[in-house]
Amino acid sequence: MSAVPNVAVPGPKRSPTMLLLRRLARRRIVVAGLVVLALVVALAVLAPWLAPYAPQRMQVAIRLRPPSLTHLLGTDEFGRDVLSRMMHGARLSFLVGFLVVVVSTIAGTLLGVIAGYVRRLDGALMRLTDAMMAFPDILLAIALLAALGPGLLNVVVALGVVYTPRIARIVRAVTLVLREQQFVDAAEALGATRTRIVVVHLLPNLISPVVVQSTFVFAYAILTEAALSFLGVGIPPTVPSWGNMIASAQQVMHQAPWLVMAPGMAIALTVVALQVVGDGLRDALDPRLRRAV
Amino acid sequence: MLTFVIRRLGSMAVVMLLVASLVFVIVRVIPGDPAAVMLGDLATAADIAKLRVALGLDRPIAIQYAIYLKQILTGDFGRSIFFNQPVVEAMLSRAELTLLLTLMAVTVAMAIGVPIGVVAAVQRGRRLDHAMTAAAMLAASLPSFWIGLTLIHYFSVQLGWFPVAGYGSPGSVLSERLRHLVLPALALGIPSSALIMRFTRTSMLDVLGEDYIRTARAKGLPAALVVLKHALRNAAIPILTVIGLTVAVLMGGAIVTETVFALPGVGRMIVQAVLYRDYPVIQGALLVVSAIYVLINLAVDLLYAVVDPRIRY
Repeated sequence: MSAVPNVAVPGPKRSPTMLLLRRLARRRIVVAGLVVLALVVALAVLAPWLAPYAPQRMQVAIRLRPPSLTHLLGTDEFGRDVLSRMMHGARLSFLVGFLVVVVSTIAGTLLGVIAGYVRRLDGALMRLTDAMMAFPDILLAIALLAALGPGLLNVVVALGVVYTPRIARIVRAVTLVLREQQFVDAAEALGATRTRIVVVHLLPNLISPVVVQSTFVFAYAILTEAALSFLGVGIPPTVPSWGNMIASAQQVMHQAPWLVMAPGMAIALTVVALQVVGDGLRDALDPRLRRAV
Repeated sequence: MLTFVIRRLGSMAVVMLLVASLVFVIVRVIPGDPAAVMLGDLATAADIAKLRVALGLDRPIAIQYAIYLKQILTGDFGRSIFFNQPVVEAMLSRAELTLLLTLMAVTVAMAIGVPIGVVAAVQRGRRLDHAMTAAAMLAASLPSFWIGLTLIHYFSVQLGWFPVAGYGSPGSVLSERLRHLVLPALALGIPSSALIMRFTRTSMLDVLGEDYIRTARAKGLPAALVVLKHALRNAAIPILTVIGLTVAVLMGGAIVTETVFALPGVGRMIVQAVLYRDYPVIQGALLVVSAIYVLINLAVDLLYAVVDPRIRY
């Protein structure tokens, strides 16, 4: 399950992390994906300093200008600089994606380990995830937001709930396999408590599958957040998120198609990069997982 | 076979009960006071208290839950606050559009995904395979509402081939209504075609490595016959599963697509219900959509036996 290779490696000392990085570096497409992600993250983090204009600054005199040297991605219907708004939008998309991954990973791992390790609870917990997965992602998110109200944190909570079963199912599947391994038997024979077995023996072996799955959750969360904001039930429309930018550009898109093009492309590029990296991680960490759910 | 169906129906009933309970929790427990929301800001405390009694909200939560289960079992989904009609009626009057849209989108997704997946598998490792796999990844990463807006921009506004939005005038002929659904179906189906393509490719690759494929080739059968009859038929089960899954994704996607194209379907009704906090409609939509999803999964399981006669439950 860990990144220990089954071929002999020259040189005695190579940490699993180094090996993983080497395997990733061998695939050019994965490197490209990582570079894109690093770039978008850098632009997002440094937006307050790097963005050429303040994202909310309106200049009605220059509204709906096509891309030019002074405004690389043009201006919107209020004369705001599209590039600057995109950079600030990236902050939001990544923040939401990251927090959703944190929420669903913690909750999903907990549920999955309990279901996989505590036999009595397995059936009930898995039927619960079945029930949660019977709702389309976006419908469940919308319903939760209807109850919670709009806003950034509520979007995170809703999407966290939506994606928890995905992590839980993978974690349970891997835990079921791990539980039958000899090292778990050995620990049980030595009198280790259940908590100790979970924390010391199971969790470290769950890291790879969880990391892989969470890159995909990251990607889905960005896409779904954009859709929620587009529908007007997600992030409040005054905040420049990629979904909000597309929503507000709808009215003027036939005069200014770049207003829709730019954020759409940003979403696609980020999501593609995340998926490429996810695929790469999966192949590098464990080829056997390639065909998992 | 019969025992399998009965067992499968049993677990389906359990899942549906859980679904109904989740819906109850989401709709009744999390939000504040539905009565206050229904009456709006101008309501007096006395009005709210009266409505609470009328809706049964003053009773213990367990009793409320029992009443709720009894109501949905008898097909009573309550009355929409915003549309001012029974939820079932409101949904049925919009169901045709959403049903047609979903069917057309599944057709689009299959028509693009399956052939491309087959070609990519046959061309494995060659340039065409890489190009198609990359295209699929891009398609899966585009927000469907963005695809919709782009299609409107080019095919409706600039070329004028399709209507910009809407579902035609009431009572227009079926072909006219279908014309309104072409672009929405494309916007909805294209991202899902990527998923179907990936599954088709993987499933075909598994089958193409089998001995009987080599035998079929060795005895000189035309390549097309081997691929389409010997291989695709045997690769069909995972593909069927993913198509079943796709329908669920599409039902969710319809919410967004109907909003983009201003289509008066169930999806748009759900968005309006959320914006107006129309709880009975949200509740009904959650129940109906998840029930359809669970039923589709059952249908897919049963279809396995039809596609693959070796499967006997």
